[in-house]
Amino acid sequence: MLNYVARRLLLLVFILFGVALITFLLMHVVPGDHAQLVATYRYGFDDFSTDELKAVQEDIGADQPLHRQFILWLNHVLRGDLGYSFISGRPVTAEILARVPATLELATFSFLITVLIAFPLGIVSARRPYSWLDNIAMVSSLIGVAIPNFWLGLLLILVFSLTLGLLPVAGSGDLAHLILPSITLGSGMAAVSTRLIRASLLDVLEQDYIATARSKGLGEGVVFRRHALRNALIPVVTVLGLQLNHLIGGTVIIETVFARPGVGKLIVDAIQARDMPVLQGCVLFLALTFSMINLLVDISYAFLDPRIRYGGGQR
Amino acid sequence: MALLSIRNLEVYFPLPDGTVHVLDSIDLDLEDEEKLALIGETGSGKTVLGRAIVRLLPPGAHIHGEILYNKRNLLDLAPAEMRQIRGREIAIILQNPASSMNPVLTVGNQIKEAVQVRWGLTGRPAYRQVINLLERVGLPLRAAVGYPHQLSGGMRQRALVALGLALHPRLLIADEPTKGLDSPLRAQIVRLLKDVLEDGMSLFLITHDLPAARELAETVAVMYAGQIVEYGRADRIFAQPRHPYTLGLLASHPSRGLKAIPGIAPSLTNLPVGCRFHPRCADAREICRYKAPPFLEITKGHKVRCHHCSR
Ligand SMILES: Nc1ncnc2c1ncn2[C@@H]1O[C@H](COP(=O)(O)OP(=O)(O)OP(=O)(O)O)[C@@H](O)[C@H]1O
Ligand code: SF4
Ligand SMILES: [Mg+2]
Repeated sequence: MLNYVARRLLLLVFILFGVALITFLLMHVVPGDHAQLVATYRYGFDDFSTDELKAVQEDIGADQPLHRQFILWLNHVLRGDLGYSFISGRPVTAEILARVPATLELATFSFLITVLIAFPLGIVSARRPYSWLDNIAMVSSLIGVAIPNFWLGLLLILVFSLTLGLLPVAGSGDLAHLILPSITLGSGMAAVSTRLIRASLLDVLEQDYIATARSKGLGEGVVFRRHALRNALIPVVTVLGLQLNHLIGGTVIIETVFARPGVGKLIVDAIQARDMPVLQGCVLFLALTFSMINLLVDISYAFLDPRIRYGGGQR
Repeated sequence: MALLSIRNLEVYFPLPDGTVHVLDSIDLDLEDEEKLALIGETGSGKTVLGRAIVRLLPPGAHIHGEILYNKRNLLDLAPAEMRQIRGREIAIILQNPASSMNPVLTVGNQIKEAVQVRWGLTGRPAYRQVINLLERVGLPLRAAVGYPHQLSGGMRQRALVALGLALHPRLLIADEPTKGLDSPLRAQIVRLLKDVLEDGMSLFLITHDLPAARELAETVAVMYAGQIVEYGRADRIFAQPRHPYTLGLLASHPSRGLKAIPGIAPSLTNLPVGCRFHPRCADAREICRYKAPPFLEITKGHKVRCHHCSR
């Protein structure tokens, strides 16, 4: 198990290096001279001399060969220095960290909603397939899958904030501000997960080892809990991990719709203002987050499935 | 009255491309303490019959007829009543050990679970029982802490046998318990089964392993395309098979020089009219092509489904 985690961690290092390299290169293929951009923000449009431009070039190392620039940049990144925002002039790291809590809150709540809806509903559906409860769950999940979340967000705002006046339209701070965005983001994921959990359980329940368990005279409850659930969770965990990544992507839209000051909103603002350092920082930050989630998925995978924990082959 | 009486049993799967008629008009009796072997080519429906008895067929299976166990029709029992039968009255060692064990639980725990639910043993006594069972099937102790995928095919097969033995039912259904074992291990499993059967257990052995069937069985049922085509005392059938299919099946065994029956088994979605064996039968006559032969007793306790033999 430790060996497995160590291998995953090593892989993670390589992946992050690759991501850093790609991010760095992207910034250098964006049209427009990087130094010119920096100088523009420092001194105003066309308001700088050649000397000043040269100074900027030296400052950011633009006069050096590309690979040296990369090493220089990586060095800074590793020390947590992602440069300064063109707009606010504050360190990018500080800008991102200031926005993390709002996003984390939203992601956690949405995920919680997903899990709290999907597991009970998926399990109940699988225990009694084609019952009225299952039918209701499947129809509502179909609707949940089909509705785009920005549209659901606007609809919820219209109903609960503007018409009923029960919840705030936008912003952040307390729980009330969190309810609508979390439902918006979590419901679609819950819908997909419910269907997956049901399908996975139904598939597992047809396996021979379930027949073996039943042949011992075990009750359906024990068969379900001890034999079916853990096996059914293996594919579910993978998809939940993917969904979590998806969810973090979804925060970009939701934070814009609900005007929440999170990382997603920061990205949108940075794109609109062409705030390259912030954008670059956000991309790196998201890549790091995705990688960590994938690592967690891999670990829970191994935890659930001894075939992964102890490798494939026979003794 | 027999311990197990199967009457006019029919099992089919309605599938989009046509209904698969797996079992048809099965009539079979098993007396208390009787040891029966069910033999027949692959795909003839042996496993489906074995699993139908404990009602562990895949979903989608339609089942009609009667399976009387101690005069109660198992097909009429409520799930909770069926649970009382499974394990303590009738246990089954499923075919295909690779898929018949839970991949996320250790082998020891899966056997221990059987010991627990059947005998109410927990903790140390249960564990001791598991070790004892593993020893009996010739598995090393480390097999108990391993997961199914860590064992070889033969080891998994023996673990599955240990699971069946742990339950010590009144009737044991064993679906190819010697498959994939080399001959010393095969002999060991046969000896083991013989031992436990001494206590008065009944056996429903499904097998391709004719030597094992000879060794263990008192009666033999031969299955072809979802029907029992011959039934009788084992010594009689092995010595003097009457149905042309049985004749071919026994002759096709490696110990007799492997003369395979020509032709292939019919598709269960599109069964031949008349005798199901007629396209492959050397003795087939006109009547065989349109009239299904009845399952008739030709001598006391010996039944054959063939026009040729019943006159
Ligand atoms: N779930 C199912 N759906 C449709 N057909 C099935 C299903 N299960 C079994 N069958 C069909 O039933 C027939 C008999 O299968 P069964 O496994 O009982 O054969 P068998 O005699 O045990 O063969 P083998 O010796 O290979 O184990 C096969 O032709 C198979 O296609
Ligand atoms: S009934 Fe006819 S075809 Fe069928 S086994 Fe007998 S002789 Fe052969
Ligand atoms: Mg079979």
